[in-house]
Amino acid sequence: MKNFEYAGADTVERATMLCAENGTKAIAGGTNLIDLMKLQVETPARLVDLNSIDDRRIEEEEGGLRIGALASNTAVAVDQRIRSDYPVLAKAILAGATQQLRNKASVGGNLGQRTRCFYFTNIDQPCNKRDPGSGCGALTGVARIHAILGASRHCIATYPGDMAVAMAALDAQVELSGLANKSRMVAVRDFHRCPGYTPELDNILEPGELVVAVHLPAPVGGTQLYRKVRERSSYAFALCSVAAIVDVKRGKIARADLAFGSIAPKPWVDQRLTQLLVGEKPNMALFEKAADILVDGARGVGDNDYKIPLVRRTLIATLCEATEI
Amino acid sequence: MPIVINSLEYQLPADPRVSLLDFIRDHTGLPGTKKGCDHGQCGACTVILDGVRINSCLTLAVMHDNCDVITIEGIGSAEQPSALQQAFVKHDGFQCGYCTPGQICSATAMLAEIAEGWPSDATQDIGTRPSLSDEEIRERMSGNLCRCGAYPNIVAAIREVADAGQ
Ligand SMILES: Cc1cc2nc3c(=O)[nH]c(=O)nc-3n(C[C@H](O)[C@H](O)[C@H](O)COP(=O)(O)OP(=O)(O)OC[C@H]3O[C@@H](n4cnc5c(N)ncnc54)[C@H](O)[C@@H]3O)c2cc1C
Ligand code: FES
Ligand code: FES
Repeated sequence: MKNFEYAGADTVERATMLCAENGTKAIAGGTNLIDLMKLQVETPARLVDLNSIDDRRIEEEEGGLRIGALASNTAVAVDQRIRSDYPVLAKAILAGATQQLRNKASVGGNLGQRTRCFYFTNIDQPCNKRDPGSGCGALTGVARIHAILGASRHCIATYPGDMAVAMAALDAQVELSGLANKSRMVAVRDFHRCPGYTPELDNILEPGELVVAVHLPAPVGGTQLYRKVRERSSYAFALCSVAAIVDVKRGKIARADLAFGSIAPKPWVDQRLTQLLVGEKPNMALFEKAADILVDGARGVGDNDYKIPLVRRTLIATLCEATEI
Repeated sequence: MPIVINSLEYQLPADPRVSLLDFIRDHTGLPGTKKGCDHGQCGACTVILDGVRINSCLTLAVMHDNCDVITIEGIGSAEQPSALQQAFVKHDGFQCGYCTPGQICSATAMLAEIAEGWPSDATQDIGTRPSLSDEEIRERMSGNLCRCGAYPNIVAAIREVADAGQ
């Protein structure tokens, strides 16, 4: 690990001020950042420890729930309100990593975990995200985990997290705080970004800007599922995942909020699916059509071609389970 | 302020790069906690930090001012082994033993999580209290790999202690 200076910050204001300086990174649980620092993929000159900031509460607010950025992934998944009112979120978190990692990992850090692949984490390989201009090793290399939607010819890495996929389905909002206490709200759906020409930027955070909280909307009910497809049944990242909030009323689909993980550089939401499904009677032909729309425009580079039929089938299976057909 | 490990106080290192794992092993004379992968992938380095299990390899010692850590040495001794330690011996819950300190720290915390009613990915209805099926044990222990493949005996050891506690 490259040497660095270590500083603590006990207020968001102080942390954003320090983090705005060149070469400085925030650290929360450290489960992603320290891993990458050991590999010398991340080489910050200074780390700002956020753990003294007193914001790990999960509290009710008008129209929903506010989760402090430093709440652990475990704290969110075991919270009785989240288990009853936002089960898709608890399920997605529990499907990720292990109990040891979830105990340390924070909500802010989970959103901030890098969009990555094996070329990004190996400093001997070319990677435009780690080293802009060096090329993308995955385009002609081993790419079984890579994106089929939203990628560019500069980067095809996926955002691998589970928690954010459920938050995208719930249309949660991220509260950010920047320099001089400037705060703003951004939908989780808009927090991560597609690589385009600048794959080094995973999300829309500006220098110094920090995630302060995530706001969940009022409970929406319905059947909430998180289906994660992976190479082994536990302790593995998703090859694809679907977060689904589906409600059927009087035989017709009244709600169909869907988000997909590990198929794109960000949690993937396609409003056309919701538009197609809502108001219809659940049936196989409809679900097939939704799946066609989802993968319309999806492209593999060879190794990851299988993800196109995989996510198609995963969506259909999830919709069948949610609507009991 | 110091860090407390197994009820004894230690001064934190001056070098911020020292992981909590390296600090425990190299700076406190407590070699029970093991390093397998050093990347959060194997669980050999599991310790109990402020009551919950974590991977000590993926965190920095300097971040633990005033924190309380329990390592395998704090769980029991050869003279006074904990119930889980005895059960691991009885059921042959290991072969080479390298993963065992992590397995036992992890299982110790896991039984407390069950008592708290925490759900897991194997819990059918996450709104309710989980029961401790073998499937639940396997899922909850999935962060602890065993290259010797002692898994069936590890599950049996944990099962015996869990059942005795109910
Ligand atoms: C072996 C292994 C398996 C895993 N499996 C899964 C899995 O199956 N599913 C899954 O979803 N995840 C998985 N993970 C990833 C894990 O969820 C993340 O490492 C974790 O959520 C990161 O949280 P943290 O608090 O430790 O972040 P840190 O490592 O502290 O930070 C991560 C990044 O976010 C930034 N950051 C931290 N806090 C903030 C904030 N408040 N505002 C702005 N930026 C911030 C940091 O600067 C850093 O760049 C796995 C990790 C490991 C090591
Ligand atoms: S040494 Fe920490 S998880 Fe492997
Ligand atoms: S007993 Fe050898 S690794 Fe588990």
